[in-house]
Amino acid sequence: MNFLSRYRILLPVVSLTVLLAATFYMQPRAMSYFGVNLLFNLAVPIALATIGQMMIIMVNDIDLSVGAFVSLVACITATLLNDNPMLGVLVLAALVLSYAALGALIHALDLPAIVVTLGMSFIWGGLALFILPSPGGVSPDWLRSLMTVKPPLIPMAVAASILIAGVTHVLVIRSGIGTVLRGVGGNARSVGRAGWKVIRLKALAYGMAGLFNVFAGIALVGLTTSADANIALRYTLLTIAGVILGGGEFVGGKVSPVGAVIGALTLTLAASFLSFMRLSSDWQIGAQGAVLILVLTARLLFTRRARAS
Amino acid sequence: MKTLVSRPWLWSWVAAAAAFALTMALTGGGGASALAYAALGFGAFAAIVGLGQMLVITLGPGNVDLSIPATMTLSGTLALKAMNTEPGTALMGLGVALLVGLGTGLANYALIFFVRLPPIIATLAASLIYQSLAIWSNRGLRIKPPQELADFATGRFLGLPNVAWVGLVLAIIVWVLLERSVWGRWLLASGQNMRAARLAGVPVELVRATTYVAVTIFAAIAGYLLASFSGGAALNMGQEYLLMSIAVVVIGGTSIAGGMSNVPGVWGASLFMFLVVSMLNSYGAGAGVRLILTGLIIIGIVIVASTRRAQR
Amino acid sequence: MQQSAAQTAAPIVALTDATKHFGAVRALDGVSLEIRPGECLGLVGHNGAGKSTLVNIVNGGLPPTSGTVEFPASGEQGALAAGVRSVFQELSLCPNLTVAENLRISNAELSGIGWRRQARKEINQSLDKVFPGHGIDANAEVDTLSIAERQMVEIAIGFAPRGRDARLVILDEPTSSLDAGIAEQLLAHIREFCANGGAVVFISHMLGEIFAVASRIIVMKDGLIVSDRAAGEFTRQSLVDDMGHVATEKAGDAAGAAHVLGDEVISTPEGLSARRGEIVGLSGLAGHGQAEALARLYLGATSSWRRPKSPKIVFVAGDRTRDGIMPLWSILRNATLSILSETSRRGMVNRPAEAEIAATWKRRIGIRTDDMSNPILSLSGGNQQKVLFARALASQAPVVVMDDPMRGVDVGTKQDVYAMIRAEAAKGRTFLWYSTETEEVCQCDRVFVFRNNAISAELTGADIIEERILEASFEMQDA
Repeated sequence: MNFLSRYRILLPVVSLTVLLAATFYMQPRAMSYFGVNLLFNLAVPIALATIGQMMIIMVNDIDLSVGAFVSLVACITATLLNDNPMLGVLVLAALVLSYAALGALIHALDLPAIVVTLGMSFIWGGLALFILPSPGGVSPDWLRSLMTVKPPLIPMAVAASILIAGVTHVLVIRSGIGTVLRGVGGNARSVGRAGWKVIRLKALAYGMAGLFNVFAGIALVGLTTSADANIALRYTLLTIAGVILGGGEFVGGKVSPVGAVIGALTLTLAASFLSFMRLSSDWQIGAQGAVLILVLTARLLFTRRARAS
Repeated sequence: MKTLVSRPWLWSWVAAAAAFALTMALTGGGGASALAYAALGFGAFAAIVGLGQMLVITLGPGNVDLSIPATMTLSGTLALKAMNTEPGTALMGLGVALLVGLGTGLANYALIFFVRLPPIIATLAASLIYQSLAIWSNRGLRIKPPQELADFATGRFLGLPNVAWVGLVLAIIVWVLLERSVWGRWLLASGQNMRAARLAGVPVELVRATTYVAVTIFAAIAGYLLASFSGGAALNMGQEYLLMSIAVVVIGGTSIAGGMSNVPGVWGASLFMFLVVSMLNSYGAGAGVRLILTGLIIIGIVIVASTRRAQR
Repeated sequence: MQQSAAQTAAPIVALTDATKHFGAVRALDGVSLEIRPGECLGLVGHNGAGKSTLVNIVNGGLPPTSGTVEFPASGEQGALAAGVRSVFQELSLCPNLTVAENLRISNAELSGIGWRRQARKEINQSLDKVFPGHGIDANAEVDTLSIAERQMVEIAIGFAPRGRDARLVILDEPTSSLDAGIAEQLLAHIREFCANGGAVVFISHMLGEIFAVASRIIVMKDGLIVSDRAAGEFTRQSLVDDMGHVATEKAGDAAGAAHVLGDEVISTPEGLSARRGEIVGLSGLAGHGQAEALARLYLGATSSWRRPKSPKIVFVAGDRTRDGIMPLWSILRNATLSILSETSRRGMVNRPAEAEIAATWKRRIGIRTDDMSNPILSLSGGNQQKVLFARALASQAPVVVMDDPMRGVDVGTKQDVYAMIRAEAAKGRTFLWYSTETEEVCQCDRVFVFRNNAISAELTGADIIEERILEASFEMQDA
């Protein structure tokens, strides 16, 4: 019984391990501090945004605006936050609040989240163009040095991923309020019947999503040192894929922060895997799709067998 | 006002007309026919993919096809490669494009049905593979379409762009299917209540399978035409149609809750999406304003639709 | 009201002349009731007697239309604050959370570092107390538990302290998926809980359990309390008599005797069978597997991939919103959904034929509208139901499956439809008819009574009377 409830996190771990082993087997030189850092270089912002997406999926909604929002944050970071830190922080805080307000609006009017966030993606994109009409901007120095810090033993990307997974695990799985939030995804009616205000819980989930998406945008600029309005558009699909790959489900509040971070790492690795194998880079994106399908097929087989036994 | 509320397809046409009029107000009526011609030409591509997306969204919540951009790119790439700029191959190229649409649709549905993936994740994962297939087969080359096909895609007939005629014919076909055919009734019933439809004897899986194939066939046709129109397939040619295809469906008055399609609305919304750009351009507003306005319109429409639902 | 100790203490909850109306339906028609500490109240009644409405008024889930609900013992305003808890038949746990986490949802006072340990401790204590030797892991996710284990967890959460002690626990069919040994543990706990000053409302179809645990029994019928006495003053037979209606004439007799039945056309592994031209009733308390049996039969006989030109079996839904109505459509389109293939030409809808069939059935079944193109939602519930009947009967299908189709339908409509069903059966159609109303079931040629998802009795001819059906619906033996 215990195994059954835990295989959900087992599968993402196994798929990442297999992929990593294959990479090291094909390219033993990647098995080094520098090599691993290169493999997972871009994983940190993706992992943060995947956590953001997970917060929304946790309450049975979906966010199509992650890509545009992270791009907007990147543009703000590379301009406002650099030139006028105070104003920059205020604007970013306002963005987090607007995410929370969006969650409340979607719940209060019973709107389809998929369309509202689709609309928001246009708005975020438009704001990003306002702030940074053409690619450019500069990463704040402190951010640049933070993202390129070289901790001993474990590379920055890995250390940061472990930190993100640990913090969000405590927040979503261990803490009391995280438990209630997952309860909203599982059975909102009974949470409401127990005396909770579901609208506030939804706003909280959305607000946390906004917060992690803000972190994602900041981290991204730290790595790329400049920004443009389309810099993170592919995050929308990547984050959805990452959550599902990490054992999450679209409905029922079944999410795993550790799994989501592993899912993000797996997708990042799937893309860099081929170039390390010195195979054509044409298949980089396709490899992500194939990994997604393979893992989800494996999950189906596991669940079937679990149900049969 | 009552007619506006009761006929959701009118909104998008009124909005398109307003954008057109506002542009004309600035130019004093100059270039009206050129603007209309361009709107019909560019709007046709959004309308064609929008019609397909509309069918899928009609299936009800959770149904959406995210593989439209990749399917467009793949069909454009493979069709142009097959034709290899040789004259007389246009129909063969169309056949290749249709086969691509059939194949991607069947693959998408296989993932949904056999692997039990939610449609969003199934079409997303599959689209990554289609995208790679397109990159791999294209190899960075830009193959020109055969001359007669390029002429057709950029040409006009009775004063209207040929691509608009294609979009119009497809719209009429979809309208007839939805309003007059048994399949259309089944689709609309499944979208309102899948369980009730099944209990009324509707073969709901057959309906779902054909719908997921139809959407990719529409995307394939759009990709084939767009590649011919723009003188070759580009790897990012479908990109903007991911959100666009959903946006024109929503703005066109189709219910995101399923069971209600709106064919004329999709066309009106497609024209509007083009005209609002040219309107804002002519007023000197940047792309940022255009995007924000589009987003506000989409959100405004779902809010109006939901309050209407609540009143009923 | 016999126990003197119970009479002296202030009641935990007091209802004064409470009514609840849903539109024209009087679900609760003026009920006064006091529940005192130490009482275990057995609540029995047939389908639609008003049991669940009464429970929802007591626990604050529904406000009464008129009358008052007070909590004198605690002086609180709300049911939750007064220590009133409900354990429902429908599972109200969050399936994605663990057992201990589910306690957290209903107990906001579990907080701070170490709340998990505290929650585990509390739920384990409660489980150990109610179900000694339960073997449930507080860290297990609820959806990995069996139905019985989930029900045990819900009951344990109902009795757990949760910040303030439980004063009144309402248990709605708590033993429906528990085996006899575990049910006995629960009954023992209820007795102990009441002996220590708690109160319980116990709803069950197992009369043996009611007698084993209740100190007082109230019987409900048609939204009213018809008897309210100490448990010792009832016998099983007198309970069943109190629940039943005054004997109604058997309207179906003449028709039933007259028509000749043909060959067997349906026979399922679970024992359901029907013959050509027969009206077969499915009865028993709601939720005992009748609807599922019909759905299995229907879904097994039809396909999601193919639609034959002329269907062999059609379905009439009773839960119109969930299973029947296409809410965006006109009356016409709703009525003709199942006959599109029979009349179509090259895949296109034959609109003249469609309109004609719809007009015929509008007349035959009496749908009250001046225009069939009006939206379906403009009709009353009864007329919507007629449309669903028309949808099924307009087809050529020899077998008609009906899943409690008369819910919320007025008397006039019912009479029309009964006549129509008898006429169609006489022409050789077979009907399988699940109904929660005994009066309807009594019109059938043969009746299967369901209990606990299995057929508990098959009645024919003169045996089809309310008394026999009630006997088969309730567990008469000792628990």
